[in-house]
Amino acid sequence: MSVSWIHRTAAEQAEALAAGTVTSVELVRAHLDQIGATDEGENGINAFLHVDADGALAQAKASDERRAAGNPLHELDGVPIAIKDVLTTKGLPTTAGSKMLEGWLPPYDGTVTAKIKAAGLPILGKTNMDEFAMGSSTENSAYGPTRNPWDHTRIPGGSGGGSAAAVGAFQAPLAIGSDTGGSIRQPGAMTGTVGVKPTYGSVSRYGVIALANSLDQLGPVTRTVLDAALLQELIGGHDPKDSTSVPQQVSGLVEAARAGAAGDLGGLRVGVVKELQGDAWAPGVVERFDESVEVLKKLGADVIEVSLPSFVHAMAAYYLILPAECSSNLAKFDAMRYGLRVTPDGSPSAEDVMKASRDAGFGDEVKRRIIIGTYALSSGYYDAYYGQAQKIRTLIIEDFKKAFGQVDVLVSPTAPTTAFPIGEKVDDPLSMYLQDLATIPANLAGVPGISIPSGVSSEDGLPTGIQFLAPVLEDARLYRVGAALEAALTQAWGGPIAPAAYKEKN
Amino acid sequence: MTETLIDFDEVIEKFDPAMGLEVHVELNTNTKMFCGCPTEFGAPPNTQVCPTCLGLPGAMPVVNAKAVESAIRIGLALNCEIAEWCRFARKNYFYPDMPKNFQTSQYDEPIAFEGYLDVEVEGETYRIEIERAHMEEDTGKATHVGGATGRIHGADHSLIDYNRAGIPLIEIVTKPILNTGDKAPLVARAYVSALRDLIKALGVSDVRMDQGSMRCDVNLSLAPKGKPVLGTRSETKNVNSLRSVERAVRFEMSRHAGILLGGGSVLQETRHFHEADGTTSSGREKSDAEDYRYFPEPDLVPVAPSREWVEELRATLPEPPAERRARLQADWGYTDLEMRDAVNADAIDLIEETVAAGAAPQAARKWWLSEISRRANEAGVDLASAGVTPGEVAEVQKLIDDGTLNDKLARQVFDGLFAGEGTPGEIIEKRGLALVSDDGPLLAAIDEALAAQPDIADKIRGGNHKAGGAIVGAVMKTTRGQADAARVQQLILERLS
Repeated sequence: MSVSWIHRTAAEQAEALAAGTVTSVELVRAHLDQIGATDEGENGINAFLHVDADGALAQAKASDERRAAGNPLHELDGVPIAIKDVLTTKGLPTTAGSKMLEGWLPPYDGTVTAKIKAAGLPILGKTNMDEFAMGSSTENSAYGPTRNPWDHTRIPGGSGGGSAAAVGAFQAPLAIGSDTGGSIRQPGAMTGTVGVKPTYGSVSRYGVIALANSLDQLGPVTRTVLDAALLQELIGGHDPKDSTSVPQQVSGLVEAARAGAAGDLGGLRVGVVKELQGDAWAPGVVERFDESVEVLKKLGADVIEVSLPSFVHAMAAYYLILPAECSSNLAKFDAMRYGLRVTPDGSPSAEDVMKASRDAGFGDEVKRRIIIGTYALSSGYYDAYYGQAQKIRTLIIEDFKKAFGQVDVLVSPTAPTTAFPIGEKVDDPLSMYLQDLATIPANLAGVPGISIPSGVSSEDGLPTGIQFLAPVLEDARLYRVGAALEAALTQAWGGPIAPAAYKEKN
Repeated sequence: MTETLIDFDEVIEKFDPAMGLEVHVELNTNTKMFCGCPTEFGAPPNTQVCPTCLGLPGAMPVVNAKAVESAIRIGLALNCEIAEWCRFARKNYFYPDMPKNFQTSQYDEPIAFEGYLDVEVEGETYRIEIERAHMEEDTGKATHVGGATGRIHGADHSLIDYNRAGIPLIEIVTKPILNTGDKAPLVARAYVSALRDLIKALGVSDVRMDQGSMRCDVNLSLAPKGKPVLGTRSETKNVNSLRSVERAVRFEMSRHAGILLGGGSVLQETRHFHEADGTTSSGREKSDAEDYRYFPEPDLVPVAPSREWVEELRATLPEPPAERRARLQADWGYTDLEMRDAVNADAIDLIEETVAAGAAPQAARKWWLSEISRRANEAGVDLASAGVTPGEVAEVQKLIDDGTLNDKLARQVFDGLFAGEGTPGEIIEKRGLALVSDDGPLLAAIDEALAAQPDIADKIRGGNHKAGGAIVGAVMKTTRGQADAARVQQLILERLS
């Protein structure tokens, strides 16, 4: 009986490659077949904006030759990966989900792309996302929404819905996401997958089409905690091309994940965040969360409730800082050098071309945030908006410091609800913004966070997520506690959760 | 619209000028402010670019440490405080030559602030207070094609060269310069000139106003005589020579006075300067004050130069140019005129090295400002690139001093040096140029000349020593100029006495 390779974890695929029981070409073909079978058509998942079958197969072939010669580049050499369309890939279309960049071929690789290539992982393609990573549902993509593998009528979360859905639907074992306010973690919760936002500055942003530079961070999207650790170790590290990159190497992640899986959390102090509870949280989400907290206690963790009072202002601060930075970042899209150019009739000036192109190229949410950000930075308003938001940011950092004086990690549900139907919140931006209530504080403070599946809601049968947060540079703590909870829950469930239609058939 | 220009003397009678000078200096770092692209001037368009300086999606800036060092040295030379901690900020505005549509600059946290520069005008010292010196990047260079004015309005199309985008700039801003009266145009010129000398001495920029590596914006306003207020200012952009700085101030004073005396009010606006006639014309109005929406650049970390580093850099500062010139003039015994000529010819460093290599100051000055200047001018190159070194000049002079060469032969040695024929010694040997130092062959030549021109010999015998010139000339001809004329003269007299 043949093995269903797509249903193996990245670690298992890497072991099989090392053992010679499978080739990279076979792995890539299997995943390309899955993409072909599930991604396209009217009801397809639409996780990928661009599939590079030829490129991936060529890279797989090269990987197999290295293996045969006994010279693999990395433990994950030959294991396929998908990359969120926010990161530049030389010669592969990179659109950030926007019409503005339709057909743009970057002349350079982002640092993480370069690291992936240097480690020999075949790149399957680029995944769908909300335009310029603005959104929590992937409905703001200029190339149509991505569907949730658990229920194709529902959203997969966002902005990294493409990466999460691709991993959740077994189209790829690994994917790169980017998390500015929850864009890796919230889709993880929506699709029953694992997503990590590493410590700010621990993974290079060079090549990431910036949403909000002081908040953005690339991270792993996987199905298991161990796979995430393997991927974060691969993509992390100081980068001289990114001035905000930290000098320290965040290490010991794989080790922490393996140790955690043994299930002993004795001595670990866990803080349940008081401010991330209450009526905003769906009962089905809370039920799974409470259950997970009980499991943590059983594994030996000391669980207490901690208060981070500034969290109630996090959303407001975030929606001033982010639009301010993005209003400036997106100014470069002016049709002068690359991307969409719309030339009005008559004899238009350069300014006319800029206006027409930006009007046609940007979607509503992007325009909304440019307008808010431009306003927040305007002379006379700067102090009241951007200045105040930065002060809140400082308060949040201080609250985190105090809390981490009491506990080793903080915990909360990842998102307030399970995946909602496509179209439900498109005309209600505030309700959409609330999806990131629990994930935003980590971005404002630069601390790392992980979301892992906490089960399926008894209300609708859709996956729910639990989030852990750790102090800056202490990413390893997330992997220890995440792997321990994952192991205990998986055992209780009798195997990992997966959407029925995509589960491995026995 | 015709402008009423008021006679300068009348302007001074009725108004007090206030000036503010903003000078942009392009640093001569090997690479750009935020990326590794080369900065060499004159490369084919858009060949010195990368994702960062083109503002491509995803690219990020990294601060050029050498540019920070240069900025600190400029700040220290201008007697500024150096910030312990400062940030870059984004200045947001749309313009086609701006790759990112924001300029990475510094806003309220400049690297250097609160300094001064003393300048001298007609024997009087004016202290120009420096408000700030900050780091920023240059924009691309747009060439507007097809319009009458060469400006973007009315052009058919524009060509943009991004080689210049991201070149490090230091912007030096003065505080309002007051109480200069009728000396205002000269003070402005003297300040820019002194700043240029200072930065040149620091070696951090070419400060070529003609190539745009130093550019000046002139802010000017007038207040009624004796009233301690500031009037509405105009900002004349890109005034790109010392003479133009002086003329722009003078013109704007006359123009402002014309408006004010006519009962009008000056428009706060940017103005274009016209080299051809020294006038200015209206640019864009600034009355709806552009809002640049400055905020700290989130892709860069703060610059926090340690005090140790600042002190190390302070130790590298050269002697202030004015002090150095005064010292050298005293050492060399030059007249004011001689010194000014040497400064204007950019020969100070060369003369100093030549003197250090053993030549007398007057001899060094003579060679650099005559023979070598002439050849440099002919070749269209700087004096320093003319093809001879201060060491060679000193060596030639030494050969003159010890009687091996005379001036005429020395010029032939320079011919050899410019032609790359080797050292002065080698050239003398190859060309057979040394003076005939042995009296024997000279006496023979003298006898021959006297015999050929007996009438001249008689005149000399008769006491007409001037007539000896013809004999000297004949001897020089015979010896192909390799005789010491003074010695020949002496020998002639001995022969005929």
